[in-house]
Amino acid sequence: MSAAASVPRNVTVGVVQFPGTNCDLDTLDALAELGARTALLRSDETSLSGVDAVVIPGGFAHGDYLRTGAIARFSPIMNAVESFAGAGGPVVGICNGFQVLTEAGLLPGALRPNAGLSFLCQPQQLIMASVDHVLGHGLSPSDQLSIPINHFEGNYVCDGATLQRLRANGQVVMRYVSNPNGSVDDIAGICNESGNVVGLMPHPERATSELLGSTDGCKLLEALLSAAASTRQAVDHHAA
Amino acid sequence: MNRWDVLVEVSPRAEIADPAGTTVERALAALGFAGVSSVRVGKAIRMEVTAADVSEARSVTEQMCDRLLANPVIEDARIELRAAAQDHSP
Repeated sequence: MSAAASVPRNVTVGVVQFPGTNCDLDTLDALAELGARTALLRSDETSLSGVDAVVIPGGFAHGDYLRTGAIARFSPIMNAVESFAGAGGPVVGICNGFQVLTEAGLLPGALRPNAGLSFLCQPQQLIMASVDHVLGHGLSPSDQLSIPINHFEGNYVCDGATLQRLRANGQVVMRYVSNPNGSVDDIAGICNESGNVVGLMPHPERATSELLGSTDGCKLLEALLSAAASTRQAVDHHAA
Repeated sequence: MNRWDVLVEVSPRAEIADPAGTTVERALAALGFAGVSSVRVGKAIRMEVTAADVSEARSVTEQMCDRLLANPVIEDARIELRAAAQDHSP
């Protein structure tokens, strides 16, 4: 762990658990190791209980039946997530969470089966494309990260106009150095126009210790804690 | 009210790459089925819908497609309706 002294600890991050989510506890653990307070948010809850940021973790929400994320997006908790995102709250979807966010319309595009039809579980070299979002604090564009991917449906697709918009607005968060799944424009992660909602296929919570092969995931999670702290300050200031 | 047998066929949109379709097409060629092209793999969803008439049955099925059954970013949905056999009625 590389929990730097500058990492804000006085924030609470909620991690959503749908039936079939399986990266919730790893994500909670990684955030807690970085000094955050954490809260597990069940998908049938209707409130985010005052958290400062939300992570929708990886897994197979509702068995990924019909399409990845298609059922999960109608869970009661998602109304609260949508309101929180609409108010500028930091929301990050990892892997299945990214799929849920596209299905919910919080991020554009969709994720299709990998071009090679293989389930991919491997370390992946990534290059940051923009840092103007809730995973960008402390990072620079063109920074390279090594973070594992673990997915069958990670092939990001969107229409040409959407891709142009993503590029023009700096909404491409990160790209694969070597495209493993056929994603358009090598996209591994994107954000919404205001940068407070990010979806990415790589799993930062699995790159938080030298023992796991990389600590680069800490950089993204620490950035999220910074974003959560800023949001909290803004809210506190507003309330004061 | 009447009952309708409804078939919703969901397929990847024409401009969306369909790796499953491509793989099936290659497998068919490998088995010696010549002259097969444009293979697309989608899904079929069958259900019974109770509605006053065929246009209501179609309209409600279209709403189901818009909200849940298909993702318009990547998929097209085609709807087939047939009056259900009367002997199934309670």
